[in-house]
Amino acid sequence: MIGNSLNKLDPKEFDAHKAHHLLKRAGFGGNARQIEAIANLGLEDAVDFIVDYQGISETETIQEDRFDKDIMRPPTSSERQSFRKIRESGDEAALEVLRTERQRRQREDRKQVAELEEWWLKRLIETPRPLEEKLTLFWHGHFATGYRTIENSYHMFQQNNLFRTHALGNFKEDLVRGIIHDPAMIKYLNNDKNRKGAPNENLARELMELFTLGEGQDYSEDDIKEGARTLTGYNVEDDAFVFRSRQHDSGTKSIFKKRGQFDGDDFVDLIFTRRSVSTFVVWKLYRYFVNDLPHEPTREVKSFVQAIGNLFKRNDWELKPVMKAIFLSKHFYDDANVNSIIKSPIQLIVQSMRSMNPPQRKKMLRTLAIASDLMGQRLFGPPSVKGWDGGRTWINTSTMFMRHNTLLYLITGQRPDGRAWEADSSQFNAMQVLEKEKSDPKRVVKELLINHLGVDTPDSSRVSTLLDYLKTQHNVIDNHSVMGLLTLISAMPEYQLC
Amino acid sequence: MQQGMAFLSMATTVPLFMQRSAEGIMIPLGSLVTSRSGVPDDHVLVVIQLAGGNDGLNTVIPYGSREYYVNRSQIAIGEPGSTKYNSGAALSISGADGYGLHPNLTGLLDLMENGQAAIVQGVGYPNPNRSHFTSTDIWHTGNHSGQGYGWLGRYFDNTCDGQPNPKGSIAIGNRAPLALHGSTQKAVNFETEELFRWAGASGDASLEELYDNINRQEKVNSSKEDSQLDFLVRTSLDAQVSSDRIRAAVSKQPLVRYPGGQLSQQLQLIASMIRADLPTRVYYASLGGFDTHANQLNSHANLMRQLGDTLNAFQQDLGKQGNTGKVLTMVFSEFGRRVAQNGSGGTDHGTAAPMFLIGDNVKAGLLGKHPSLTKLDQGDLMYNTDFRQVYASVLEDWMGADSKEILGKKYSKSAVLKG
Repeated sequence: MIGNSLNKLDPKEFDAHKAHHLLKRAGFGGNARQIEAIANLGLEDAVDFIVDYQGISETETIQEDRFDKDIMRPPTSSERQSFRKIRESGDEAALEVLRTERQRRQREDRKQVAELEEWWLKRLIETPRPLEEKLTLFWHGHFATGYRTIENSYHMFQQNNLFRTHALGNFKEDLVRGIIHDPAMIKYLNNDKNRKGAPNENLARELMELFTLGEGQDYSEDDIKEGARTLTGYNVEDDAFVFRSRQHDSGTKSIFKKRGQFDGDDFVDLIFTRRSVSTFVVWKLYRYFVNDLPHEPTREVKSFVQAIGNLFKRNDWELKPVMKAIFLSKHFYDDANVNSIIKSPIQLIVQSMRSMNPPQRKKMLRTLAIASDLMGQRLFGPPSVKGWDGGRTWINTSTMFMRHNTLLYLITGQRPDGRAWEADSSQFNAMQVLEKEKSDPKRVVKELLINHLGVDTPDSSRVSTLLDYLKTQHNVIDNHSVMGLLTLISAMPEYQLC
Repeated sequence: MQQGMAFLSMATTVPLFMQRSAEGIMIPLGSLVTSRSGVPDDHVLVVIQLAGGNDGLNTVIPYGSREYYVNRSQIAIGEPGSTKYNSGAALSISGADGYGLHPNLTGLLDLMENGQAAIVQGVGYPNPNRSHFTSTDIWHTGNHSGQGYGWLGRYFDNTCDGQPNPKGSIAIGNRAPLALHGSTQKAVNFETEELFRWAGASGDASLEELYDNINRQEKVNSSKEDSQLDFLVRTSLDAQVSSDRIRAAVSKQPLVRYPGGQLSQQLQLIASMIRADLPTRVYYASLGGFDTHANQLNSHANLMRQLGDTLNAFQQDLGKQGNTGKVLTMVFSEFGRRVAQNGSGGTDHGTAAPMFLIGDNVKAGLLGKHPSLTKLDQGDLMYNTDFRQVYASVLEDWMGADSKEILGKKYSKSAVLKG
């Protein structure tokens, strides 16, 4: 049974519809030409092309100094000394200067995190390596850290690069070990306050509960307490990790019934001996890439996840073989899994941008970042360390309107946030979405439904709704009527699925 | 033209069926599960956050205290009747010697004298956090880490088993506050009713009609029971119906005149929704501008005027509607401000501050103890009432819930509501 769970899809079955499914899930979809190109590669080559993305050159090689690292730099020791003197003197005027300066830096930094948000959104939209950005977003939600708490945009940028660099690397060595050395995470989960004799359990707890094992799985409250001791002294200096041996508790700890003078890195090794570690993150990958599972998973799903978990462990926590196995599997392409995931706000925006190619509008990235936030997903601002709940929690009556109105913005330039005075009337060259048919209403409607809803065969009632619309346009296919069609398609409940 | 007629006829089936769906979706047959008997399940809670940290000492003025005047030489408010200060004289509260209200809180004083408003003094929590965000999160979640779901979100999570409660909450604003987020319960939010609708309606009439057809379906052919598509179809319909109801509700003129200002707009929206008998149980509004670090006298006075007058108008509106008995309004801020003014005629982030409760069922007057101005913690007031004690009494005595389930701990109820 388990052996069969990873059966590959018969390559002969890999058609345009399945290629589209792959492109949406492993990235953010694409236009008809891109879908066809992926289909023409055939299953194996298509999966290799998407997963082995290192060979594709990036839109922008990321430089460490892409953003200003000094806005929130900690004070030097001589600065600290002079601050202390000012505070002790109670000199109100001098204190006021300090306060004003601090507020100025905070303002500056908030501006930079907004730039960072736009910069990432642009990468998501433009990257030739969609899986890389899609996984970067996955890790951001998995090892969730929020700017609002740490108030240091440069640390968020560094963390974002950690996720991107190791998006498809080794889960244990690169990501989990990386995150306990990551300045943003150390601050977010207060490990900078975790010291010998005064432990702070936050990082130790989440490391097991949210990052590797799952809540209440395979560990006890004592393991958390002892784990916290291993992480004492894991701290941040300026923009880098620092191990402060004087804050570190080097005594003997007992974790998972093993005793030793463990440090945080040993703690990671110990966690990866637990049974739950092989499937916990795989379940999350499954929800993100295969099916967001609004209901109790079936036996088939459970055995698929178990089989992937076994593969993950056999490959010493390398992610690449896992992603390939998923994208090659028959299970991934099952009808039950196609169009089964509710698009995250970012998926909705980026996929729509990529498949429709609307015109550049003024302040477009800012507008889209705001729209995404209003739909419940702010980059660099997950609601808590648990990340985004995803699935059906994305959708309620207010976010539904925001979704429709965001699409309306892409198509017409009308703002989704009521700031009508900032509307942008650049004309959308909508005819370019029609790759094959440009005049026959029935064929145009069918092509658009297939490409924008990702369906194999369009629902007949949807076809007739769109044909009804074209009748009001005297069956003329032009920019105006295609914009109308796209407006209607993007307002269909099906459009929220991918 | 003829073709246009053809699908007009399709649309004629919509209104009847919409009505049915509105009943089905928004007013479930089973009543809300409450664990306490005797608490009616049509009670409404309106929460108002004074965002930025309201200066409690210039809201309830401790004019009997020498330290108040020593610490606030430029921004203190005089005792009732005094003409010594530019900032005016405090309003005296009957039975509360030494404590008065900000001169612009006439609207609130009026409510207190009518037996409809209570002020709980010195509300805070242990180990106060002075970051706006963190302290807001602490108030919203009810726990000191500020992590996890909101207290009202958890309230709804507890009342409905695994499904969002259709009688949930509406927040006025572009974001739903953490307080209203539960694991299954998410708040509906909008800034104005015009943003709670499809924006394409202004253009093409034929598009609008087809948009309606698409989004007012009960089912599409291919959707299975409770599949993702089925869920989306239901939510789309729910969105349209809610939008219709809300826009119809707010299109009516309020029964009283409201003052201007952002809070007023929000409370007018809320009052109109209550009047239209929406099943919503919690509404959330907020007024910003309380982060008064510099030259605060005028800006804070304007906020006090807006707050007092708006609360008064809202309560009068509810009175004309005959709804004061079923609506409780709770006003809080994430923290108060420091006792001593700073060098720029303002005040920095502090700790304990007063909360207001308004409604027919409150124990009107000045409640709790004013925090001491001599026994300070590093220049900050020490709280006398934990905000979760106020939550506990609202949850138990107003919402009919088990507060321990929601707050994770049994807090002794603060005596703010009539038994």
